[in-house]
Amino acid sequence: MESSVIRGQIAWRGLIMLLYLFLLAPIIIVLIVSFDTRQYLAFPPESVSFGSYVKVFQNAKFISAFGRSLLIGIIVGIVAVASGMLLSLSLTRHQFRGKGALNFLVLAPFLVPHIVLAVGIMLVLAPIALLDTYAGIVLAHLGITIPYTVRTIMASLMAVDRRVEEAALVHGAPPLRVFWRITLPLVRPGLISGAVIAFLISFDEATISLFIVSVRSSTLPTEIYRYLEHSTDPQIAALSVILILISIGVVALVERLVGLRRAL
Amino acid sequence: MSEGFAPPVDKVPRGLLLLLLVPGLFALVVTFLLPILWLFRASFATSAVKALSGSDWSLEAYREVLLDTFYWQVAWNTLILGVSVAAIAVILSFPIALFLVRTQSRWQGVLTALAVAPLLTSSVVRTYGWMVLLGDRGVINSTLQAMSLTSGPIRLANSSFGATVALVEILMPYAILAMLSGFGRLNAQLEEAATVLGANRFRVFSRIILPLSLPGVLTAALLVFVLAISAYVTPRLIGGGRVFVLGTEVFNEATVTLNWPLAAALSMLLLVLFSSVIVIYQRALRALDT
Repeated sequence: MESSVIRGQIAWRGLIMLLYLFLLAPIIIVLIVSFDTRQYLAFPPESVSFGSYVKVFQNAKFISAFGRSLLIGIIVGIVAVASGMLLSLSLTRHQFRGKGALNFLVLAPFLVPHIVLAVGIMLVLAPIALLDTYAGIVLAHLGITIPYTVRTIMASLMAVDRRVEEAALVHGAPPLRVFWRITLPLVRPGLISGAVIAFLISFDEATISLFIVSVRSSTLPTEIYRYLEHSTDPQIAALSVILILISIGVVALVERLVGLRRAL
Repeated sequence: MSEGFAPPVDKVPRGLLLLLLVPGLFALVVTFLLPILWLFRASFATSAVKALSGSDWSLEAYREVLLDTFYWQVAWNTLILGVSVAAIAVILSFPIALFLVRTQSRWQGVLTALAVAPLLTSSVVRTYGWMVLLGDRGVINSTLQAMSLTSGPIRLANSSFGATVALVEILMPYAILAMLSGFGRLNAQLEEAATVLGANRFRVFSRIILPLSLPGVLTAALLVFVLAISAYVTPRLIGGGRVFVLGTEVFNEATVTLNWPLAAALSMLLLVLFSSVIVIYQRALRALDT
């Protein structure tokens, strides 16, 4: 009896480890291959070198696309949080006609497949000459990130003890000062995690971007996609490792600031 | 706190409310509402440019889709891919989610982060990882050949098998997250009680764990299915042009062939497929409750 329980425990642990291995397999493999330098996809690496990393940093296309992705991600993060904050304020604090419709509109982009949105956004941006422009991509990314920022910010707003705000108001503080000095600091974790999520979504987004960018405004994920259509050499592995490290850095930051489970 | 003591912030003038709503509303209208409407409109046009003039209505794109057996095949492939990816991803995610809910380990936070963190790397990057694993000269094939189990490469990538495996892995974190938030009703004490009363492990699983976790499982399956049927980056890169699903065809018509009405009509087909699954899901949830 005892030993069968222990055997069951071991089997269960083994199963979980195997599943984790499957889940992390592509990331582990990419890490190994990134130290190879051959022109084609092969395994295992012949030698260990940082040649592919050097090539990535010499690839002007990747470097400029990285800069664009970073810039677009930061703009999207800031604007998505600012407009998300305003939307959340009106949704949690005020009663008005059409509130139900607005609530639905905010959550609806969650419910529509991104490829369908992508075609629609492409059709909307084309006639107003916003295809392949920064403005076009930022707008497209705002549409898919605002639902996330509204969700995280609304959760923090609802957790705010309104009596604190009321106390300040009763004691004569003007509403705007109450907002700056009390409400805003209290929801700061929500704002930070909202901004980080919006940045990461925008930074990693390929589905919609591929429909609306070509040369001038290509982001890093679209540049990688185009590169992979023709070749699969270890440069992409090195670049992937760099991107994964950036994600881990950002996630560690969120974990430090607010806790990952809460942020997602 | 009584209602009469409501603070003045509740009685903001209309102007301020408008100011609060306008920026976000503008972004959502331009990137969600208009695109859906425009997609619907363009699917009934002979060309996306003519749709602007307003008088160009035609069923040409739908005729092309519905009369071509190729697109029926594509829709069928998409459904099969979606169902198999959802089923496998849910089966593989279930033990991980159960483990994460149960574990007393002080590594719980780290293990949860590890299971969910792949979400935060671009799906393009993880697709590349699977190309390295499954390619003709990839990890699996070169290992098999080194052990002289096979003489030539087996086709793992460039097939719907490769696309299925890669999508399962890429979408598993979503399933795990959905299950983690849906497993709240699971209760170790209930299982203990059942065991004490003489139920064997299989019975505990089938009569207690499974029914209590079913809502979370269903939500996870729905989420994965929806993401799988609308995927195109992974099927296209791993499929190497040999996997035809609605996503890849929509992308092809929209960006290569530039037949925008056809791309719009195919997207509408995808939406129909998607909505019918949502309806089935809601029926299933209601049936569970009663």
